[in-house]
Amino acid sequence: MYSTTEIVKQSTAEGEMVINIGPQHPATHGVLHFVITLNGETIKKVEPHLGYIHRSIEKMCESLSYRQFVYVTSRMDYLSSHINNHACCLVTEQALQIELPARALVIRVLMDELTRLASHMLWWASMAMDIGALTPFFHAFREREMITDIFEDTCGTRLTMNYMVPGGVLMDLHPDFQKKVHAFINQFKTKLPEYDELVTDNIIFQNRTKGIGYLSRESAISYGCTGPVARASGVSCDVRKHFPYAIYDKLDFKEIIDTGCDSWARYKVRMQEMRQSLHIIEQLIDNIPEGDFQAKTKAVLKPPKGEFYSKVETARGELGVYIVSEGATTPYRIKFRSPGFSNLSALEHMAVGGKIGDFVAVMGSIDLVIPDIDR
Amino acid sequence: MWSLNEIVKSTDLKLNELFKPGMVFFIEAIIVALLAISLFAILGLVLVLMERKVSSFMQVRLGPNRVGPKGMFQTVADTIKLIVKEGMTPDNADRFLFHLAPFLVMIVAMILLAPLPFANGFQIWDINIGVLFVSAVSSVSVIGILMAGWSSNNKYSLLGAMRSGAQIVSYELSAGFSILAIVILSGSLTFSDIIQSQANGWWLFKGHIPALIAFVIFIIAATAETNRAPFDMAEAESELTAGFHTEYSGMKFALFFLAEYVNVFIVCAIGATLFLGGWMPLHFGDNTTFNHVMDYIPGIVWFFGKTFFLIFIMMWFRWTFPRLRIDQLLNLEWKYLLPISLINLLLVTVVAISGWHF
Repeated sequence: MYSTTEIVKQSTAEGEMVINIGPQHPATHGVLHFVITLNGETIKKVEPHLGYIHRSIEKMCESLSYRQFVYVTSRMDYLSSHINNHACCLVTEQALQIELPARALVIRVLMDELTRLASHMLWWASMAMDIGALTPFFHAFREREMITDIFEDTCGTRLTMNYMVPGGVLMDLHPDFQKKVHAFINQFKTKLPEYDELVTDNIIFQNRTKGIGYLSRESAISYGCTGPVARASGVSCDVRKHFPYAIYDKLDFKEIIDTGCDSWARYKVRMQEMRQSLHIIEQLIDNIPEGDFQAKTKAVLKPPKGEFYSKVETARGELGVYIVSEGATTPYRIKFRSPGFSNLSALEHMAVGGKIGDFVAVMGSIDLVIPDIDR
Repeated sequence: MWSLNEIVKSTDLKLNELFKPGMVFFIEAIIVALLAISLFAILGLVLVLMERKVSSFMQVRLGPNRVGPKGMFQTVADTIKLIVKEGMTPDNADRFLFHLAPFLVMIVAMILLAPLPFANGFQIWDINIGVLFVSAVSSVSVIGILMAGWSSNNKYSLLGAMRSGAQIVSYELSAGFSILAIVILSGSLTFSDIIQSQANGWWLFKGHIPALIAFVIFIIAATAETNRAPFDMAEAESELTAGFHTEYSGMKFALFFLAEYVNVFIVCAIGATLFLGGWMPLHFGDNTTFNHVMDYIPGIVWFFGKTFFLIFIMMWFRWTFPRLRIDQLLNLEWKYLLPISLINLLLVTVVAISGWHF
């Protein structure tokens, strides 16, 4: 990408040096490339270079039917593929005005919250790993494995689910679903305090995260941050609360808001969100209504001419799906508003002035998933 | 009961009967060198396996269990892999320094073995300034790390090496001061004297709270000096990929790796010798029955037992704590550990002068 001379030319100031973090680097968790200008250990400039994993998913979706394009979106934010699928199904259902059976709605919310838990667990693991603690990774994966097992039972896959379809869900729940979710809830409730003991209460971890990566409320809004990143800066932006979809308006859960504005606040918000997700699952798991799991829909979906937009709250923030329909079997234009892209844009604002170690801690607290940024 | 001391003495006598004095020295030097190198190899194999088993124990997994019984030959397989691997040298590297650095680090670790008393009378060189020798030689290893970082022509390596330099130079101070505490208590710089002074109880127990403080500071400083987590600034995997040895591969990388583990062994052995009595069995008071029972366990078992206990504690640190940031690391040393150890040194002096220790 750069020859040596180009890099030398870029660093004009005295005593500064340019260092490439990524595209292959242990802390970027994917192919993300940062060109960082350093003065000693202090960061002067951060320049993200995207496109290493661009698969033109949006363009691909334009040649796929309304049933098919849902499957591609599992590959965007692979840690919350259920929620991505949900967003795509929502926009089609909105266009065709499909009413969903109650069972389908409950199953969708259950899957969404399990996905959020799994995603937050992986974030917790990888953030601790970025800060240098390797053990939490395995502890989080022990519990995450239970969730992926549940997903595997239900829809046959562990990562790219493709479980939600326009009109409901692809197939009914596995007979063992409730039993396994209960087992998971019991296990996770005993392990969450252990997570806190291992990482949250650790003085080194608190020192590494407190006061770094400051993102004020105003900046969070102007950078378009959503999800836990914005909520840790005091912005109330939970789509589940403000624009409820599925049955979120009937559920009892809190929107976690913290005004700490630093990495530590973002950490705390996600830890609390895990508890809220668990609370939602507990409310629903014993009250899954009987009935159909899929509404009766036509074999070929043809939404009317017009523009449609729907958004959901993924584990990383607001995922919006915008569709322009010409009344054909495939969308004319499709655009995803991915949370990771906006959150990444605030990274430079947060990281400049800190040390390299801070950069990694800030990046961990944003919870980047690279295929979500690049699509 | 057999003792290593007698074996050493009888070997010496036998050799003296057979050869001229000059020749005897030469043969003994070769024997010692062979023993030291084989200790190195065994330590490397055992400690790497131990680290992997301890980490797997803490990370709810099994660890290596395929090569040999219970995975015992895993490190042997790894070593063979590293030996047959191609050793890459980056373009524009300072080739001479690049190749020299791993050997320098290794040689320093080897020299440090010399004054270590493994058992009663089983010591390569009972130098009269043993403690001073150890702290002087151990600081040389930072030159090897700086050399590696500079000559690799890699910015990650350079950053890692610079961090390591700042870190080791700072933590030498607290390590030195906490060692001095024991020197003051025992009144000698020689390792054998320090061990003899613990014949009626280890300094950790005899020296009251000052010795305990010195011990804690020593453990922290030792962890920092060997560049291990939570002070693994020089490597900092998630920040600097592999720090100063990013560009090393094959056997040269293995030498750094081995040197790290041998250094861990050496600092733990020094800690065990100074604070926990080295090969001296657990004694309370003079000539009690308890002491005689304890004497049945050979000194070398005590020595390795204590050392490996300390090594386990360092591994426990590594697999539990997150990493500090470089400025926090230096703050910890200059703002907390150094003043505490200075005051502690004063306390120890008061304790030693007034004879309050047991």
